[in-house]
Amino acid sequence: MGSNSLHVLKGINFNVEEGEMVSIMGSSGSGKSTLLNILGILDEADSGSYTLDGVPIKNLNEKLAAKYRNEFLGFVFQSFNLVNYKSALDNVALPLYYKGLKRRERMDLALHYLDKVGLADWSHHLPSELSGGQKQRVAVARALVTDPKVLLADEPTGALDSTTSYEVMELIQSINDEGKTILIVTHETDISNMTKRIVNLKDGVIIDDNSVEQVRIKQHV
Amino acid sequence: MFSIERWQEIFDTLSKNKLRTILTGVSVASGIFILVILLGFSSGIENGVRSEFEQDATNKISIWTRRTTKGYKGLNPGRYIQLKNDDYSSISQNYDEHIEYESANYSLWGGQIVYKNESGNFRVQGVLPDYQFIENADIGSGRFINQSDVNEAKKVVVIGNKVKTDLFKGQNPIGKSVSIYGISFKVIGVYFDPGGEREESNVYMPLPTVQNAFHGDDNLRSMTFTVQMSNSFKEAVELSKNLSLTIENNLKEKHIVAPNDEAAIRVWNTLEEAKKIYSLIDTIKAVFWFIGIGTIIAGVVGVGNIMIIIVKERTKEIGIRKAVGARPNSIIGMILQEAIFVTMFSGLFGLIAGLTLLELVGPQVDSPFIKFPQVDFRTALTTVIVLVIAGAFAGFIPAYRAAKIKPIEALRDE
Repeated sequence: MGSNSLHVLKGINFNVEEGEMVSIMGSSGSGKSTLLNILGILDEADSGSYTLDGVPIKNLNEKLAAKYRNEFLGFVFQSFNLVNYKSALDNVALPLYYKGLKRRERMDLALHYLDKVGLADWSHHLPSELSGGQKQRVAVARALVTDPKVLLADEPTGALDSTTSYEVMELIQSINDEGKTILIVTHETDISNMTKRIVNLKDGVIIDDNSVEQVRIKQHV
Repeated sequence: MFSIERWQEIFDTLSKNKLRTILTGVSVASGIFILVILLGFSSGIENGVRSEFEQDATNKISIWTRRTTKGYKGLNPGRYIQLKNDDYSSISQNYDEHIEYESANYSLWGGQIVYKNESGNFRVQGVLPDYQFIENADIGSGRFINQSDVNEAKKVVVIGNKVKTDLFKGQNPIGKSVSIYGISFKVIGVYFDPGGEREESNVYMPLPTVQNAFHGDDNLRSMTFTVQMSNSFKEAVELSKNLSLTIENNLKEKHIVAPNDEAAIRVWNTLEEAKKIYSLIDTIKAVFWFIGIGTIIAGVVGVGNIMIIIVKERTKEIGIRKAVGARPNSIIGMILQEAIFVTMFSGLFGLIAGLTLLELVGPQVDSPFIKFPQVDFRTALTTVIVLVIAGAFAGFIPAYRAAKIKPIEALRDE
């Protein structure tokens, strides 16, 4: 927003295949959040190209950007970002409202996904009545409810203790097991080790990009 | 705009944010309510003052005659123009719609009035019943001349307070007889006049009584009319000018007086008193307009302020909605629709509450200066719409700005 611009990313070239689970690592200021915002169509790159599921993401108007966000992408944030006056069920159903579904369908589908993250019994609770781990699971359900191409998670465990973090990561791994492409931004090594590929960013460039042996949560517990 | 889904979402938001909804509603409703009451009472005070001063504000037209000063159509100057009963009745009929009170007058130049051993010289006037209102004579005891006194030419008199103190020395004069030029008359009333002793030195009797008893035939000395109060001083001036002019021309034509003879027939109207009252009413109107506009501005600022705070508070929610795929327009639309719905609903509620209160309390108000407090429904409705538009406008700017913010920035607040 400010008047003096800063080049945060200085040449990123990488490709994510369908079904991958990638973590983007880097210290703060390395540009990992900016990269995620560009991938999430929340921000646009000054130059370069971005192709999502064969669709070039370039010079989109607000309307189209909103449509792509709704259909292609699911977000999970560090601070959960649930609408605090809506119940868990209504929060999960919110993307479906913008997709244009009827109320009945929205509620059925939302309940299905809430059940999937193990919170069907909590569907009528407000976010303030849920624990941090539960809130993040509601957020995951909301991200998945439109059946997006990619799940983007920005420090999904940043606000959680390690036990809860592992529970959430277990959930994310199981989603990946079903074939969903997942990108996670994190600065915690144990979290990145739970993905299948680690991309290391430093000062706006990729310093290394390796496939790793995925640590399954089950082994920890 | 009219999709059921959208309304469901809005009612959902409103019902889950009850406190916010109620506070917004109450502030809008109370603003409108106060405005309605204020407008109502301003109109009430205007009506009250108007009716209280109406009699002083009436424009009095007096007509009397003298000798001609110019020859006309072969008639010599110096001829006395005599008003007759039928001059009075023709004016009375022709200008009936504008005239409030009317009276013809035949006075004796002076008359010695005797009661037992007391006597005094007072002015004796034959008048019609309306004359009481034209002169603002307050009846202290008994009554004024009425229509049946006039019809039957009864020998009755109404005396001024000065006459009473001079002749009756503290006795009750009602029912007593006084004699004027040897003819006796029964006293039926005593009047007071705010004009003082001079005004209270008259003796009134029915016009036909004077004409019969003192050889007046059907002659009149003068005629007096009052014109009803107009809406504005300008109208009043216009009306009385026109009336005076046409009455004067008609009389001149009838009595064969040169049109440019200023002395023979005099038609005089006074608006001096009326001017004061009109300017008082104008001042009251201006004050309440000022207060009313001030209240609307305060309401607009208040509603606008609430809208800005609501949108500020919802910035994060707006970011979330954008991240899950809401279009900026749908967000702006939703916030505006919500704002308009709440302000409109509560505005109308305040309007109805205000009108009901005025309707219930209005007739009970027992003060001479407040009469029929009421509000023009259209004015009040316009006010509600002004507030709704102002609220929508005040909400639009921050909503627009919030919808333009990148979701990332909206969500990055902690």
